[in-house]
Amino acid sequence: MSTISREEVAHLARLARLEVTDDELDAFAGQLDVILESMKTLAEVDTDGVQPTSHAVPLVNVFREDRPQPSLPRDAVLAGAPDTAEDRFRVPRILDEEA
Amino acid sequence: MSDRIVDKTAAELAADIREGRLTAVAVTTAFLDRIAAVDGTVKAFLHVDREGALATAREVDEALARGEELGPLAGVPIAVKDVVVTKGLPTTAASKILEGWIPPYDATITERIKAAKMPILGKTNLDEFAMGSSTEYSAYAQTVNPWDTARIPGGSGGGSAAAVAAKMAPLAIGTDTGGSIRQPGAVTGTFGAKPTYGSNSRYGLIAFSSSLDTPGPVSRNALDGALLHEVISGYDPRDSTAIDAPVPPVVAAAKAGADGDLSGVKLGVVKEFDQTFDAAEPGVVEAYRQAVEQLAKLGAEIVEVSCPSFSYALPTYYLIAPSEASSNLARYDGVRYGLRAGDDGRHGLEEVMSLTREAGFGPEVKRRIILGTYALSAGYVDAFYGKAQKVRTLIKRDFEAAFERVDALISPTTPFIAFKFGERTGDPYQMYLADLYTIPTNLYGGPGVSVPVGLSEGMPVGLQVMGPVMGDDITYRVAAAVESTQDTLLADTAPEIEEQ
Repeated sequence: MSTISREEVAHLARLARLEVTDDELDAFAGQLDVILESMKTLAEVDTDGVQPTSHAVPLVNVFREDRPQPSLPRDAVLAGAPDTAEDRFRVPRILDEEA
Repeated sequence: MSDRIVDKTAAELAADIREGRLTAVAVTTAFLDRIAAVDGTVKAFLHVDREGALATAREVDEALARGEELGPLAGVPIAVKDVVVTKGLPTTAASKILEGWIPPYDATITERIKAAKMPILGKTNLDEFAMGSSTEYSAYAQTVNPWDTARIPGGSGGGSAAAVAAKMAPLAIGTDTGGSIRQPGAVTGTFGAKPTYGSNSRYGLIAFSSSLDTPGPVSRNALDGALLHEVISGYDPRDSTAIDAPVPPVVAAAKAGADGDLSGVKLGVVKEFDQTFDAAEPGVVEAYRQAVEQLAKLGAEIVEVSCPSFSYALPTYYLIAPSEASSNLARYDGVRYGLRAGDDGRHGLEEVMSLTREAGFGPEVKRRIILGTYALSAGYVDAFYGKAQKVRTLIKRDFEAAFERVDALISPTTPFIAFKFGERTGDPYQMYLADLYTIPTNLYGGPGVSVPVGLSEGMPVGLQVMGPVMGDDITYRVAAAVESTQDTLLADTAPEIEEQ
């Protein structure tokens, strides 16, 4: 009995905006199953009353003074974009055309 | 001391430049020529910046001629892992999704390297987004191990380790999320240090797993690593998880360790690691055991400690790191930088994002994004990600308890010598095992170094030394003491690569 099905992998890929191929789905489903199987061992560990660690260094909020600081020049940032128009990032249409 | 410039250590080169025996231009030229001669074979570099490196070298020579005081590594060239952003130099993270991207800013550690007047030779290869243990997941090149060109150079920082091992650079920058500095160091016979998390800035490091990523030095010996460590380390207000505390005195510690006296130092061997040795390669275990004996002869007291939660470190890591990665890599959407695919007027924005990410990411990155998405999805988040975070707390407690009894922990760096190409790519879990001994340190946040201790089947084996948080100095001291027992540094015994 596998932990993760091919259909689940396809669903996760969609959630993560990955257009995976059929071949990839076959490979990933098997590989992820092996990986997830090994992770089930964590269920053995008694973690009752244990606080989670999200970060190695215990930190509280880090603040700085609210003063304007120089940022990167607009042209330098736009130079790395795949497409620009009128000093902005250009993107494909966002809304589907009306049916 | 060798006459050949590329055989010298960084400390020797720095002294030669400072005291006028060599010019920075001569040193930089020697390494650039070495790259031209052997990188066709080794393929450690994704980009070489000859002009930029020589310009910095000229500045150093001119400043010295004017009698200016420069930093301790001025004029000593360095290679930088291509996951650290460098203004004006291509930075790809070895991914097609960032092909051709030229960063408009410098990482903090890049700024510090430039301020130290160290010529940047170029950018080194890695597993895509630093995910892997063999550098086979680079989208661009197959870096080979200078000790045996049929074998992997380790990963993810295989390019940096191979560049130093093949004497194309005296120093390099690596990054370590689960072992990506230490494991390549071990399998290429070089020194590598993962500093305390938060002590070296992550600003400008292309993010993989933000609660684990740590940049650090790659070198031929502990002293060189320590010199670089002190150049790049220290508080940075632009990194919200930076530790605002003095840098541990690692250079002094490496010098002290070179005396070879470890009396009064308590070193812990981890019982739960010993229990895995059946699955490790016998030659690696043998070299490690000899190193432990050697350390005892130097005066160290060897103590067995138990860290029961270490047995769960690997699954814990492979839930936490991919979860963070799936979130961090959401930024590659084909809008602001890098690749865009499928923008032909027939696809909407979401389709273009999916097509871009499909075309731009390689298999290991996709696997980890899917794994992380799974671990974070509703219904599974408590059982997987949440559980892993709690086990992380237990791993941290095991370290803290151990460091009440001992000064540092020791282990093999990785269970096997450099494997052959293709041996583990078909089974990702077998690849993950390479990080069995390095991962606990990342989850805890403390420092860990790998120092060469011997050979197995003619290939290098590394000893790992793990210290308490902000106790980086003890790891350097023990590593330098290990080196003091070797007539010739292991890094200096690598087979010669034919120059072209």
